[in-house]
Amino acid sequence: MDFLNAIFVQPFADMAAAPDFLLQVVWEGLVGGVLYALIALGFVLIYKSSRIFNFAQGIMVVFAALTLVGLTEKGVPALLALPLTLLVMLVLAVTIERAVLRPLVNQPDIILFMATIGITLFLIGFGEIIFGGENKVMITRELMIPTDSITLDLFGGFVSIEQKDLTSVIGAVLLVAALLLFLNRTKTGRAIRALGDDHQAALSVGISLSTIWVVVWFIAGVIALATGIAWGARAGVSFALEVIAYKALPVLMLGGLESVMGAIIGGLAIGILEKLFEVYWGQPLMGGNTEAWFAYVVALIVLLFRPQGLFGERIIERV
Amino acid sequence: MLYRTAGQFKTSYAADHALFPVRQDAILLGVVLILAFVVFPLTASEFAFRALLIPVLIYALAALGLNILTGYAGQLSLGTGAFMGVGAYACYKLITLFPEMNIVVAIALSGFFSAGVGALFGLPSLRIKGFYLAIATLAAQFFLVWLFQKWDWLYNYSASGAIHVPNISMFGITVAGPRAAAITQYYFVLAIVCVVTFFAINITRGRIGRMWKAVRDMDIAAELVGINLMRAKLTAFFVSSYIVGVSGALFVFLWRGAAEANLFDIPLSFRVLFIAIIGGLGSILGNYLGAILIVALPVIISAVPAMLGLPLASATVEHLNVMIIGVLIITFLIVEPHGLARFWAVIREKLILWPFPH
Repeated sequence: MDFLNAIFVQPFADMAAAPDFLLQVVWEGLVGGVLYALIALGFVLIYKSSRIFNFAQGIMVVFAALTLVGLTEKGVPALLALPLTLLVMLVLAVTIERAVLRPLVNQPDIILFMATIGITLFLIGFGEIIFGGENKVMITRELMIPTDSITLDLFGGFVSIEQKDLTSVIGAVLLVAALLLFLNRTKTGRAIRALGDDHQAALSVGISLSTIWVVVWFIAGVIALATGIAWGARAGVSFALEVIAYKALPVLMLGGLESVMGAIIGGLAIGILEKLFEVYWGQPLMGGNTEAWFAYVVALIVLLFRPQGLFGERIIERV
Repeated sequence: MLYRTAGQFKTSYAADHALFPVRQDAILLGVVLILAFVVFPLTASEFAFRALLIPVLIYALAALGLNILTGYAGQLSLGTGAFMGVGAYACYKLITLFPEMNIVVAIALSGFFSAGVGALFGLPSLRIKGFYLAIATLAAQFFLVWLFQKWDWLYNYSASGAIHVPNISMFGITVAGPRAAAITQYYFVLAIVCVVTFFAINITRGRIGRMWKAVRDMDIAAELVGINLMRAKLTAFFVSSYIVGVSGALFVFLWRGAAEANLFDIPLSFRVLFIAIIGGLGSILGNYLGAILIVALPVIISAVPAMLGLPLASATVEHLNVMIIGVLIITFLIVEPHGLARFWAVIREKLILWPFPH
């Protein structure tokens, strides 16, 4: 009885007793969720346009953030380092398209997936040699990101909101809005969606596969840079950041591999749910650190009912 | 000419179905076995046993387990490391709970724990496919590694959270633990790997193997011709996880000597997956070729700067190593996406005709 009470009653009683703390937890989860959504968005874009499950998205986040910080350490002013980093991501996108993707066109999915793991390993080694493996501090001040915190008085308590978290949420919203505009309103965006719908048909009306792949990987690089700045401001920049790629995978499962909307909603849902579970169930009952697997279990349960994720394309199979 | 099959007549149905329909294959295998059982143990140094021979065998066994699931039954799994962990922890608990148990029995039994867990996490494969399934197996990976850390009963409440292999002897010879000789451990691993490989070859050749291949090639079509999908997929998960679990037990007991939970984290899963893919999916031989490549490469690469007299810090060598392996993986995938086993098949075709071009 005690056990059931601890699972089903106590957590909700705690939530009701301290609504300000609950709100704080939800906010923390929301900020994490925004970042998961961003990474998942990078995955979705590449998957949609090329059916490549890009495992390297996580390391691209680290690589972009490291390049930015590394350049400023070398004495480049921050506002110049930002476009330079974007240039590096563009070069990376072109290189990957030329050296890896083009020779592997038409190979089975798993081969391309393994190739992106190869890219991951290469970037890990390359980044460690150039920038070193130690934890670096994100240049929040130089990028004019405020670092104070706002305290709101609510429910007789207070909720503290870090300004850099607020900035990253707003930045993410703007980025996603720009991305949706780009995908829906421009010629290139339409070409990307056409490739996602049907490769053969898109090729036959003259859409260039290699150009689109470079564009898509570059956009993924831009998203990676934004994620890297936001996450780096919270936790510093190091190769440990790579693990957030693993946090984005269940988001993909939940939202569906092809859906931009799914990535956003799935990311927010997973961010908030895993924080709530960790604080109210994980720490008191299971010794904590449940964030490592909770998202996967949620996604697994959803998949049992909807095998294509919440927003994925319906899977139609023919013999 | 070297591989001439002319004159080798099959006069009975059984002969046609023999394990080695071509005589040269059997001879070649004999040579490899003599090398493995006689030549290597006589010539290898302590370092070669610990850094090359034993890990190659153990990784090859793990890749064989994964290959049965991914290469034969077509179910992509990224949780191999965690299933190896289940085997290792199960073996540790068996050995410490029943100290008088023979280690061969303990290893064989620990495979069943891993197989059970594997079949349990294989259940979603009945509903989900492809990359969705791959991510679902990551659930097993993260959940199990978390469990290895948090459930202190598993590591007998030791303060460090690590498991240490005690000295275990069999028939008066120490086979595992700090006092065991490398050559004994090598023979022990080699014997188990040979037995498991023999069974694996025969399973994949037989009715069950054909069932798996049908499911791999197209599961709906397989279902329509009367294959029970649930049985096919779950047996694949069961057999695969059994072999992976055995390799995990060997990994800790006969090679590492001690293990922490994060040893079984995702890099291990990926390394095994690399071996299976670079070796060749859907082939038994490929696992050995892939394991030789993946285990030997870092050893060779880290030895090269010292031989050339380049003054490189060990950390730099480590990072260069990772980079080069990344490049090599991509290169191998581009040059031969079907793996090293296909290379061998091509060479064999050429040798049959040699010295004539056609």
